[in-house]
Amino acid sequence: MGLIEASRLKSPWILHYDTGSCNGCDIEILACLTPLYDIERFGMVNMGNPKHADVLVCTGALNKRSARVLKNLYEQIPDPKLVMVVGTCAISGGVFHNCYNVAGGADKVIPVDVYVPGCAARPEAIIDGVVKALGRLAELQEVARGKKSA
Amino acid sequence: MQPRTIVPFGPQHPVLPEPIQLKITYEDEKVVDVVPAMGYVHRGIEKACELNEFNKNIYLCERICGICSCIHGIAYCEVVERLWGLEVPERAQWLRTIWSEMERVHSHLLWLGLFADAFGFESLFMQYWRVREKILDMLELTAGHRVTHSVSIIGGVRRDIDTDQKKRLLETLAEIRREAQALNKVMMNDYTVKHRTVGKGPLTYDQALHLGCAGPVLRASGVKDDARMQPDLHRYGELGFEPVVETGCDSYARALVRARETIQSIDLQLAALEKLPEGELAAKPKGNPPAEEAVFRTEQPRGEMFYYAKGSGTKNVARVRVRTPTYANIPSLLVMLPGSELPDVPVIIHSIDPCISCTER
Ligand code: SF4
Repeated sequence: MGLIEASRLKSPWILHYDTGSCNGCDIEILACLTPLYDIERFGMVNMGNPKHADVLVCTGALNKRSARVLKNLYEQIPDPKLVMVVGTCAISGGVFHNCYNVAGGADKVIPVDVYVPGCAARPEAIIDGVVKALGRLAELQEVARGKKSA
Repeated sequence: MQPRTIVPFGPQHPVLPEPIQLKITYEDEKVVDVVPAMGYVHRGIEKACELNEFNKNIYLCERICGICSCIHGIAYCEVVERLWGLEVPERAQWLRTIWSEMERVHSHLLWLGLFADAFGFESLFMQYWRVREKILDMLELTAGHRVTHSVSIIGGVRRDIDTDQKKRLLETLAEIRREAQALNKVMMNDYTVKHRTVGKGPLTYDQALHLGCAGPVLRASGVKDDARMQPDLHRYGELGFEPVVETGCDSYARALVRARETIQSIDLQLAALEKLPEGELAAKPKGNPPAEEAVFRTEQPRGEMFYYAKGSGTKNVARVRVRTPTYANIPSLLVMLPGSELPDVPVIIHSIDPCISCTER
Protein backbone atom coordinates (compact mmCIF):
# COMPACT_ATOMS: atom_id res chain seq x y z
CA MET A 1 0.00 0.00 0.00
CA GLY A 2 1.41 3.33 -1.02
CA LEU A 3 1.65 6.36 1.21
CA ILE A 4 -1.29 8.16 -0.36
CA GLU A 5 -3.55 5.14 -0.14
CA ALA A 6 -2.64 4.48 3.47
CA SER A 7 -3.20 8.07 4.48
CA ARG A 8 -6.51 8.13 2.68
CA LEU A 9 -7.72 5.25 4.83
CA LYS A 10 -6.21 6.70 7.96
CA SER A 11 -7.46 10.20 7.40
CA PRO A 12 -10.42 10.53 5.04
CA TRP A 13 -11.43 14.08 4.24
CA ILE A 14 -15.07 14.84 4.10
CA LEU A 15 -17.06 17.20 1.92
CA HIS A 16 -20.52 18.00 3.17
CA TYR A 17 -23.32 19.16 0.94
CA ASP A 18 -26.93 19.82 1.79
CA THR A 19 -29.37 19.09 -1.05
CA GLY A 20 -32.52 20.25 0.70
CA SER A 21 -32.49 19.12 4.29
CA CYS A 22 -34.15 20.57 7.36
CA ASN A 23 -30.74 21.25 8.93
CA GLY A 24 -31.20 18.59 11.59
CA CYS A 25 -28.74 16.16 10.09
CA ASP A 26 -26.30 18.91 9.11
CA ILE A 27 -25.88 20.07 12.66
CA GLU A 28 -25.46 16.49 13.81
CA ILE A 29 -22.62 16.12 11.30
CA LEU A 30 -21.07 19.28 12.74
CA ALA A 31 -21.65 17.92 16.25
CA CYS A 32 -19.53 14.92 15.28
CA LEU A 33 -16.57 17.26 14.84
CA THR A 34 -16.92 18.96 18.20
CA PRO A 35 -15.50 17.90 21.59
CA LEU A 36 -18.02 15.26 22.66
CA TYR A 37 -17.70 13.05 19.58
CA ASP A 38 -14.61 14.60 18.04
CA ILE A 39 -14.08 12.48 14.94
CA GLU A 40 -11.15 14.68 14.04
CA ARG A 41 -9.09 12.58 16.40
CA PHE A 42 -9.47 9.77 13.86
CA GLY A 43 -8.16 12.05 11.17
CA MET A 44 -11.50 12.90 9.58
CA VAL A 45 -11.53 16.51 8.58
CA ASN A 46 -14.44 18.46 7.16
CA MET A 47 -13.22 20.10 3.96
CA GLY A 48 -14.72 22.88 1.93
CA ASN A 49 -13.02 21.92 -1.29
CA PRO A 50 -14.30 18.99 -3.37
CA LYS A 51 -10.86 18.56 -4.97
CA HIS A 52 -9.42 17.68 -1.55
CA ALA A 53 -12.19 15.36 -0.43
CA ASP A 54 -12.45 11.58 -0.30
CA VAL A 55 -15.94 11.13 1.07
CA LEU A 56 -18.96 13.14 -0.04
CA VAL A 57 -21.47 13.38 2.78
CA CYS A 58 -24.85 14.35 1.54
CA THR A 59 -27.90 15.32 3.59
CA GLY A 60 -31.42 16.24 2.69
CA ALA A 61 -34.07 15.30 0.17
CA LEU A 62 -32.91 15.87 -3.38
CA ASN A 63 -34.26 19.19 -4.47
CA LYS A 64 -34.56 19.64 -8.22
CA ARG A 65 -32.29 22.64 -8.25
CA SER A 66 -29.51 21.24 -6.09
CA ALA A 67 -29.38 17.98 -8.08
CA ARG A 68 -27.20 19.77 -10.61
CA VAL A 69 -24.88 21.11 -7.93
CA LEU A 70 -24.58 17.67 -6.35
CA LYS A 71 -23.62 16.05 -9.65
CA ASN A 72 -21.11 18.80 -10.26
CA LEU A 73 -19.52 18.34 -6.83
CA TYR A 74 -19.38 14.57 -7.26
CA GLU A 75 -17.56 14.93 -10.55
CA GLN A 76 -14.95 17.22 -9.01
CA ILE A 77 -13.95 14.76 -6.29
CA PRO A 78 -10.94 12.68 -7.40
CA ASP A 79 -11.16 8.87 -7.53
CA PRO A 80 -11.41 6.67 -5.50
CA LYS A 81 -14.33 8.42 -3.89
CA LEU A 82 -17.26 7.45 -1.74
CA VAL A 83 -20.70 8.83 -1.17
CA MET A 84 -22.45 8.62 2.15
CA VAL A 85 -25.99 9.88 2.64
CA VAL A 86 -27.15 10.88 6.10
CA GLY A 87 -30.76 10.96 7.20
CA THR A 88 -33.98 9.40 6.08
CA CYS A 89 -34.83 12.21 3.73
CA ALA A 90 -31.52 11.83 1.90
CA ILE A 91 -32.25 8.14 1.47
CA SER A 92 -35.76 8.30 0.07
CA GLY A 93 -37.20 11.76 0.48
CA GLY A 94 -38.54 10.86 3.93
CA VAL A 95 -41.23 13.19 5.25
CA PHE A 96 -40.83 15.31 2.14
CA HIS A 97 -41.74 12.45 -0.22
CA ASN A 98 -44.86 14.23 -1.50
CA CYS A 99 -43.43 17.72 -1.83
CA TYR A 100 -43.52 18.95 -5.40
CA ASN A 101 -39.92 20.08 -5.53
CA VAL A 102 -38.40 16.87 -4.17
CA ALA A 103 -37.10 14.24 -6.54
CA GLY A 104 -36.34 11.60 -3.89
CA GLY A 105 -33.02 10.50 -2.45
CA ALA A 106 -29.49 11.45 -3.48
CA ASP A 107 -29.07 8.11 -5.27
CA LYS A 108 -31.30 9.44 -8.04
CA VAL A 109 -28.32 11.31 -9.50
CA ILE A 110 -25.12 9.84 -8.04
CA PRO A 111 -24.11 6.34 -6.89
CA VAL A 112 -24.30 5.98 -3.10
CA ASP A 113 -22.18 3.62 -1.01
CA VAL A 114 -23.34 4.08 2.56
CA TYR A 115 -26.81 4.96 3.87
CA VAL A 116 -27.17 6.28 7.42
CA PRO A 117 -30.81 6.21 8.56
CA GLY A 118 -32.42 8.34 11.24
CA CYS A 119 -34.33 11.58 11.40
CA ALA A 120 -32.16 13.22 12.56
CA ALA A 121 -29.38 10.62 12.34
CA ARG A 122 -27.54 10.40 15.65
CA PRO A 123 -23.83 11.26 15.70
CA GLU A 124 -23.06 7.68 16.71
CA ALA A 125 -24.84 6.44 13.60
CA ILE A 126 -22.94 8.92 11.45
CA ILE A 127 -19.61 7.79 12.89
CA ASP A 128 -20.59 4.18 12.27
CA GLY A 129 -21.41 5.13 8.69
CA VAL A 130 -17.99 6.70 8.19
CA VAL A 131 -16.29 3.57 9.53
CA LYS A 132 -18.30 1.44 7.10
CA ALA A 133 -17.34 3.83 4.34
CA LEU A 134 -13.66 3.32 5.17
CA GLY A 135 -14.05 -0.43 4.72
CA ARG A 136 -15.54 0.23 1.32
CA LEU A 137 -12.72 2.64 0.46
CA ALA A 138 -10.15 -0.07 1.24
CA GLU A 139 -12.03 -2.39 -1.12
CA LEU A 140 -12.04 0.20 -3.87
CA GLN A 141 -8.30 0.66 -3.50
CA GLU A 142 -7.72 -3.09 -3.85
CA VAL A 143 -9.80 -3.00 -6.99
CA ALA A 144 -7.79 -0.09 -8.33
CA ARG A 145 -4.56 -2.01 -7.78
CA GLY A 146 -5.98 -4.99 -9.63
CA LYS A 147 -5.88 -7.30 -6.59
CA LYS A 148 -9.60 -7.78 -6.61
CA SER A 149 -12.32 -7.55 -9.19
CA ALA A 150 -15.10 -5.04 -8.79
CA MET B 1 -12.84 52.96 -12.11
CA GLN B 2 -11.24 49.88 -10.63
CA PRO B 3 -11.83 46.59 -12.45
CA ARG B 4 -14.73 44.63 -11.01
CA THR B 5 -14.86 40.92 -10.26
CA ILE B 6 -17.96 38.88 -9.58
CA VAL B 7 -17.37 36.03 -7.15
CA PRO B 8 -20.04 33.47 -6.36
CA PHE B 9 -20.32 32.80 -2.61
CA GLY B 10 -21.91 29.38 -2.37
CA PRO B 11 -24.05 27.34 -2.93
CA GLN B 12 -21.36 25.06 -1.54
CA HIS B 13 -19.10 27.07 0.75
CA PRO B 14 -16.95 26.07 3.74
CA VAL B 15 -18.54 28.53 6.21
CA LEU B 16 -22.10 27.75 5.22
CA PRO B 17 -23.61 24.44 6.23
CA GLU B 18 -26.52 25.26 3.97
CA PRO B 19 -26.69 26.20 0.33
CA ILE B 20 -27.43 29.77 -0.62
CA GLN B 21 -25.69 31.68 -3.35
CA LEU B 22 -24.64 35.29 -3.16
CA LYS B 23 -23.16 36.76 -6.29
CA ILE B 24 -20.82 39.34 -4.86
CA THR B 25 -19.24 42.05 -7.00
CA TYR B 26 -15.88 43.24 -5.72
CA GLU B 27 -13.98 46.33 -6.67
CA ASP B 28 -10.45 45.39 -5.68
CA GLU B 29 -11.27 43.85 -2.28
CA LYS B 30 -14.28 45.98 -1.52
CA VAL B 31 -17.83 44.68 -1.93
CA VAL B 32 -19.91 46.92 -4.15
CA ASP B 33 -22.91 44.78 -4.99
CA VAL B 34 -24.67 41.64 -3.78
CA VAL B 35 -27.29 39.56 -5.53
CA PRO B 36 -28.72 36.59 -3.65
CA ALA B 37 -29.80 33.48 -5.56
CA MET B 38 -31.94 31.01 -3.70
CA GLY B 39 -33.93 27.87 -4.19
CA TYR B 40 -31.39 25.18 -3.33
CA VAL B 41 -33.40 23.86 -0.38
CA HIS B 42 -36.92 24.66 -1.45
CA ARG B 43 -39.04 21.57 -0.96
CA GLY B 44 -42.63 22.81 -1.10
CA ILE B 45 -43.70 22.10 2.46
CA GLU B 46 -46.62 24.54 2.43
CA LYS B 47 -48.18 22.67 -0.47
CA ALA B 48 -47.48 19.29 1.10
CA CYS B 49 -49.31 20.53 4.23
CA GLU B 50 -52.47 20.72 2.14
CA LEU B 51 -52.02 17.15 0.92
CA ASN B 52 -51.50 15.56 4.35
CA GLU B 53 -54.03 15.10 7.10
CA PHE B 54 -53.98 17.97 9.56
CA ASN B 55 -52.54 16.00 12.48
CA LYS B 56 -49.70 14.59 10.39
CA ASN B 57 -48.57 18.06 9.38
CA ILE B 58 -46.98 18.48 12.80
CA TYR B 59 -44.14 16.21 11.75
CA LEU B 60 -43.77 17.98 8.48
CA CYS B 61 -43.75 21.45 10.05
CA GLU B 62 -41.18 20.32 12.58
CA ARG B 63 -38.93 19.54 9.67
CA ILE B 64 -39.14 23.00 8.19
CA CYS B 65 -36.06 23.68 10.27
CA GLY B 66 -34.00 21.26 12.30
CA ILE B 67 -32.64 23.93 14.64
CA CYS B 68 -35.98 25.28 15.81
CA SER B 69 -38.07 22.20 15.07
CA CYS B 70 -39.88 22.28 18.41
CA ILE B 71 -41.08 25.85 17.98
CA HIS B 72 -42.32 25.09 14.47
CA GLY B 73 -44.27 22.11 15.82
CA ILE B 74 -45.74 24.19 18.63
CA ALA B 75 -46.65 27.03 16.28
CA TYR B 76 -48.45 24.70 13.90
CA CYS B 77 -50.38 23.14 16.77
CA GLU B 78 -51.25 26.56 18.18
CA VAL B 79 -52.60 27.83 14.89
CA VAL B 80 -54.77 24.73 14.39
CA GLU B 81 -55.98 24.99 18.01
CA ARG B 82 -57.04 28.53 17.25
CA LEU B 83 -59.18 27.33 14.35
CA TRP B 84 -61.17 25.36 16.90
CA GLY B 85 -60.84 27.84 19.73
CA LEU B 86 -59.38 24.97 21.76
CA GLU B 87 -58.22 25.73 25.30
CA VAL B 88 -54.77 24.25 26.03
CA PRO B 89 -54.27 23.02 29.63
CA GLU B 90 -52.13 25.26 31.77
CA ARG B 91 -49.39 22.72 32.41
CA ALA B 92 -49.05 22.11 28.69
CA GLN B 93 -48.62 25.84 28.09
CA TRP B 94 -45.84 26.02 30.65
CA LEU B 95 -44.14 22.97 29.20
CA ARG B 96 -44.30 24.50 25.74
CA THR B 97 -42.60 27.61 27.10
CA ILE B 98 -39.87 25.52 28.70
CA TRP B 99 -39.15 23.51 25.59
CA SER B 100 -39.18 26.61 23.38
CA GLU B 101 -36.63 28.25 25.64
CA MET B 102 -34.46 25.15 25.77
CA GLU B 103 -34.41 25.23 22.02
CA ARG B 104 -33.42 28.88 22.06
CA VAL B 105 -30.44 28.09 24.28
CA HIS B 106 -29.35 25.31 21.96
CA SER B 107 -29.77 27.48 18.89
CA HIS B 108 -27.96 30.49 20.33
CA LEU B 109 -25.04 28.40 21.57
CA LEU B 110 -24.85 26.82 18.14
CA TRP B 111 -24.80 30.22 16.51
CA LEU B 112 -22.25 31.70 18.90
CA GLY B 113 -19.99 28.77 18.06
CA LEU B 114 -20.44 29.06 14.32
CA PHE B 115 -19.92 32.81 14.51
CA ALA B 116 -16.63 32.30 16.32
CA ASP B 117 -15.68 29.84 13.61
CA ALA B 118 -16.54 32.37 10.90
CA PHE B 119 -13.72 34.63 12.05
CA GLY B 120 -11.40 31.74 12.78
CA PHE B 121 -11.64 31.51 16.58
CA GLU B 122 -11.86 27.74 16.53
CA SER B 123 -11.34 27.01 20.21
CA LEU B 124 -14.26 29.25 21.16
CA PHE B 125 -16.37 27.40 18.59
CA MET B 126 -15.45 24.07 20.16
CA GLN B 127 -16.13 25.37 23.69
CA TYR B 128 -19.59 26.68 22.82
CA TRP B 129 -20.48 23.40 21.21
CA ARG B 130 -19.19 21.48 24.22
CA VAL B 131 -21.62 23.42 26.42
CA ARG B 132 -24.37 22.96 23.85
CA GLU B 133 -24.15 19.17 24.15
CA LYS B 134 -25.42 19.51 27.72
CA ILE B 135 -28.64 21.19 26.66
CA LEU B 136 -29.03 18.56 23.95
CA ASP B 137 -28.74 15.87 26.63
CA MET B 138 -31.50 17.59 28.56
CA LEU B 139 -33.68 17.78 25.46
CA GLU B 140 -33.07 14.10 24.90
CA LEU B 141 -33.96 13.37 28.51
CA THR B 142 -37.20 15.32 28.46
CA ALA B 143 -38.32 15.26 24.84
CA GLY B 144 -36.77 12.02 23.64
CA HIS B 145 -34.49 13.21 20.85
CA ARG B 146 -31.49 15.46 20.45
CA VAL B 147 -32.62 17.41 17.42
CA THR B 148 -36.19 16.69 16.42
CA HIS B 149 -38.13 17.02 19.67
CA SER B 150 -41.62 16.13 18.66
CA VAL B 151 -43.30 17.25 21.89
CA SER B 152 -46.36 19.10 20.74
CA ILE B 153 -49.67 17.59 19.66
CA ILE B 154 -52.88 19.39 18.80
CA GLY B 155 -54.45 20.24 22.15
CA GLY B 156 -51.34 20.10 24.31
CA VAL B 157 -48.09 18.20 24.70
CA ARG B 158 -47.12 14.57 24.32
CA ARG B 159 -44.51 14.30 27.04
CA ASP B 160 -44.12 15.45 30.59
CA ILE B 161 -41.27 16.59 32.82
CA ASP B 162 -41.42 14.52 35.99
CA THR B 163 -39.76 15.32 39.35
CA ASP B 164 -36.53 13.42 38.64
CA GLN B 165 -36.15 15.06 35.28
CA LYS B 166 -36.94 18.44 36.79
CA LYS B 167 -34.20 18.00 39.37
CA ARG B 168 -31.60 17.08 36.76
CA LEU B 169 -32.80 19.87 34.54
CA LEU B 170 -32.40 22.47 37.30
CA GLU B 171 -28.88 21.26 38.07
CA THR B 172 -27.77 21.12 34.46
CA LEU B 173 -29.27 24.48 33.60
CA ALA B 174 -27.33 26.09 36.43
CA GLU B 175 -24.18 24.45 35.12
CA ILE B 176 -24.82 25.59 31.55
CA ARG B 177 -25.51 29.10 32.79
CA ARG B 178 -22.17 29.24 34.57
CA GLU B 179 -20.21 27.86 31.65
CA ALA B 180 -22.00 29.92 29.01
CA GLN B 181 -21.37 33.05 31.02
CA ALA B 182 -17.65 32.33 31.14
CA LEU B 183 -17.59 31.88 27.37
CA ASN B 184 -19.73 34.97 26.82
CA LYS B 185 -17.08 36.97 28.63
CA VAL B 186 -14.59 35.96 25.95
CA MET B 187 -17.06 36.78 23.19
CA MET B 188 -17.79 40.17 24.71
CA ASN B 189 -14.34 41.30 25.78
CA ASP B 190 -11.73 39.57 23.67
CA TYR B 191 -9.61 41.95 21.63
CA THR B 192 -9.51 39.75 18.52
CA VAL B 193 -13.26 39.19 18.57
CA LYS B 194 -13.88 42.92 18.78
CA HIS B 195 -11.36 43.58 16.04
CA ARG B 196 -13.25 41.32 13.65
CA THR B 197 -16.81 42.30 14.58
CA VAL B 198 -17.11 45.88 15.86
CA GLY B 199 -18.40 48.15 13.11
CA LYS B 200 -18.76 45.31 10.60
CA GLY B 201 -22.06 45.10 8.78
CA PRO B 202 -23.70 48.28 10.06
CA LEU B 203 -27.50 48.42 10.03
CA THR B 204 -29.10 51.52 11.51
CA TYR B 205 -32.33 51.68 13.50
CA ASP B 206 -34.26 53.11 10.54
CA GLN B 207 -32.84 50.66 8.04
CA ALA B 208 -33.69 47.72 10.28
CA LEU B 209 -37.27 48.91 10.57
CA HIS B 210 -37.70 49.72 6.89
CA LEU B 211 -36.31 46.38 5.76
CA GLY B 212 -38.62 44.56 8.16
CA CYS B 213 -35.85 42.70 9.95
CA ALA B 214 -36.65 40.36 12.80
CA GLY B 215 -35.21 38.97 15.97
CA PRO B 216 -31.67 39.64 17.22
CA VAL B 217 -30.80 41.56 14.03
CA LEU B 218 -33.58 44.01 14.80
CA ARG B 219 -32.85 44.20 18.52
CA ALA B 220 -29.14 44.75 17.89
CA SER B 221 -30.13 47.91 16.01
CA GLY B 222 -31.91 49.25 19.05
CA VAL B 223 -35.49 48.30 18.19
CA LYS B 224 -37.37 46.92 21.15
CA ASP B 225 -39.44 44.27 19.49
CA ASP B 226 -39.93 40.65 20.42
CA ALA B 227 -42.97 38.47 19.77
CA ARG B 228 -42.66 37.15 23.32
CA MET B 229 -43.91 40.55 24.50
CA GLN B 230 -47.47 39.53 23.53
CA PRO B 231 -49.43 39.12 26.75
CA ASP B 232 -51.24 35.96 25.67
CA LEU B 233 -48.26 34.03 24.26
CA HIS B 234 -47.64 30.90 26.30
CA ARG B 235 -46.64 32.14 29.74
CA TYR B 236 -44.09 34.83 29.04
CA GLY B 237 -46.21 37.53 30.62
CA GLU B 238 -46.16 35.81 34.00
CA LEU B 239 -42.40 35.36 33.80
CA GLY B 240 -41.88 39.09 33.48
CA PHE B 241 -40.19 38.87 30.10
CA GLU B 242 -38.23 41.90 28.89
CA PRO B 243 -36.49 41.86 25.47
CA VAL B 244 -32.71 42.20 25.22
CA VAL B 245 -31.80 45.30 23.23
CA GLU B 246 -28.39 46.55 22.08
CA THR B 247 -27.64 49.74 20.22
CA GLY B 248 -24.33 48.91 18.54
CA CYS B 249 -26.01 48.23 15.13
CA ASP B 250 -23.10 45.98 14.04
CA SER B 251 -22.08 42.31 14.06
CA TYR B 252 -20.69 42.67 17.56
CA ALA B 253 -24.03 43.92 18.87
CA ARG B 254 -25.77 40.97 17.25
CA ALA B 255 -23.43 38.60 19.04
CA LEU B 256 -24.07 40.46 22.32
CA VAL B 257 -27.84 40.18 21.93
CA ARG B 258 -27.60 36.44 21.42
CA ALA B 259 -25.08 35.93 24.20
CA ARG B 260 -27.28 37.82 26.66
CA GLU B 261 -30.42 36.09 25.44
CA THR B 262 -28.85 32.70 26.13
CA ILE B 263 -28.48 33.58 29.80
CA GLN B 264 -31.91 35.23 29.90
CA SER B 265 -33.46 32.17 28.35
CA ILE B 266 -31.91 29.90 30.99
CA ASP B 267 -33.31 32.18 33.70
CA LEU B 268 -36.75 32.00 32.09
CA GLN B 269 -36.57 28.22 32.14
CA LEU B 270 -35.49 28.12 35.76
CA ALA B 271 -38.37 30.40 36.71
CA ALA B 272 -40.85 28.44 34.61
CA LEU B 273 -39.75 25.15 36.15
CA GLU B 274 -40.38 26.60 39.59
CA LYS B 275 -43.86 27.74 38.61
CA LEU B 276 -44.84 24.60 36.70
CA PRO B 277 -48.39 23.74 37.88
CA GLU B 278 -49.86 20.25 38.11
CA GLY B 279 -52.58 19.25 35.70
CA GLU B 280 -53.62 17.74 32.40
CA LEU B 281 -51.20 17.50 29.48
CA ALA B 282 -53.57 17.73 26.55
CA ALA B 283 -57.12 18.56 25.61
CA LYS B 284 -58.82 16.28 23.10
CA PRO B 285 -60.08 17.99 19.94
CA LYS B 286 -63.14 16.50 18.26
CA GLY B 287 -63.73 16.19 14.54
CA ASN B 288 -61.95 18.20 11.91
CA PRO B 289 -60.73 21.78 12.03
CA PRO B 290 -63.58 24.10 10.97
CA ALA B 291 -63.42 26.16 7.78
CA GLU B 292 -62.07 29.29 9.42
CA GLU B 293 -58.86 31.23 9.49
CA ALA B 294 -56.35 31.68 12.27
CA VAL B 295 -52.95 33.25 12.80
CA PHE B 296 -50.23 32.77 15.37
CA ARG B 297 -47.10 34.77 16.05
CA THR B 298 -44.18 33.59 18.13
CA GLU B 299 -40.50 34.28 18.63
CA GLN B 300 -38.04 31.80 17.22
CA PRO B 301 -34.36 31.97 18.09
CA ARG B 302 -33.91 33.90 14.83
CA GLY B 303 -36.83 36.24 15.23
CA GLU B 304 -40.52 36.59 14.79
CA MET B 305 -42.32 33.74 13.09
CA PHE B 306 -45.83 33.91 11.73
CA TYR B 307 -48.21 31.03 11.01
CA TYR B 308 -51.47 31.27 9.12
CA ALA B 309 -53.88 28.38 8.62
CA LYS B 310 -57.23 28.03 6.93
CA GLY B 311 -59.37 25.02 7.71
CA SER B 312 -61.72 23.37 5.26
CA GLY B 313 -63.96 21.33 7.55
CA THR B 314 -62.30 18.15 6.28
CA LYS B 315 -59.22 16.22 7.40
CA ASN B 316 -57.03 18.48 5.30
CA VAL B 317 -56.35 22.12 5.91
CA ALA B 318 -56.99 24.41 2.96
CA ARG B 319 -53.84 26.49 3.39
CA VAL B 320 -50.86 26.86 5.68
CA ARG B 321 -48.58 29.81 5.33
CA VAL B 322 -45.37 30.32 7.27
CA ARG B 323 -43.30 33.47 7.43
CA THR B 324 -39.91 32.78 8.88
CA PRO B 325 -37.40 35.24 10.34
CA THR B 326 -34.44 34.59 8.05
CA TYR B 327 -36.58 35.46 5.07
CA ALA B 328 -37.06 38.86 6.64
CA ASN B 329 -33.37 39.22 7.45
CA ILE B 330 -31.83 38.39 4.07
CA PRO B 331 -32.61 41.85 2.58
CA SER B 332 -30.53 43.36 5.37
CA LEU B 333 -27.46 41.68 3.85
CA LEU B 334 -27.88 43.82 0.75
CA VAL B 335 -27.40 46.88 2.94
CA MET B 336 -24.74 45.49 5.27
CA LEU B 337 -22.39 43.91 2.75
CA PRO B 338 -21.66 46.73 0.27
CA GLY B 339 -18.67 48.69 1.51
CA SER B 340 -17.20 45.83 3.52
CA GLU B 341 -13.92 44.07 2.85
CA LEU B 342 -13.58 40.57 1.42
CA PRO B 343 -12.52 38.83 4.68
CA ASP B 344 -15.49 40.30 6.56
CA VAL B 345 -18.07 38.81 4.21
CA PRO B 346 -18.44 35.45 6.04
CA VAL B 347 -18.67 37.25 9.41
CA ILE B 348 -21.42 39.58 8.21
CA ILE B 349 -23.38 36.80 6.52
CA HIS B 350 -23.21 34.78 9.71
CA SER B 351 -24.24 37.72 11.85
CA ILE B 352 -27.87 37.43 10.67
CA ASP B 353 -27.89 33.74 11.65
CA PRO B 354 -29.07 32.53 8.26
CA CYS B 355 -31.27 29.47 8.34
CA ILE B 356 -31.92 28.69 4.71
CA SER B 357 -34.03 25.61 5.23
CA CYS B 358 -36.76 27.61 6.96
CA THR B 359 -36.40 30.50 4.54
CA GLU B 360 -37.20 28.37 1.55
CA ARG B 361 -39.24 25.61 3.18
S1 SF4 C 1 -33.52 13.13 7.86
FE1 SF4 C 1 -34.94 14.31 9.14
S2 SF4 C 1 -33.61 15.53 10.50
FE2 SF4 C 1 -32.35 14.79 8.81
S3 SF4 C 1 -32.36 16.44 7.33
FE3 SF4 C 1 -34.01 15.02 6.77
S4 SF4 C 1 -35.84 15.80 7.73
FE4 SF4 C 1 -34.09 16.79 8.72
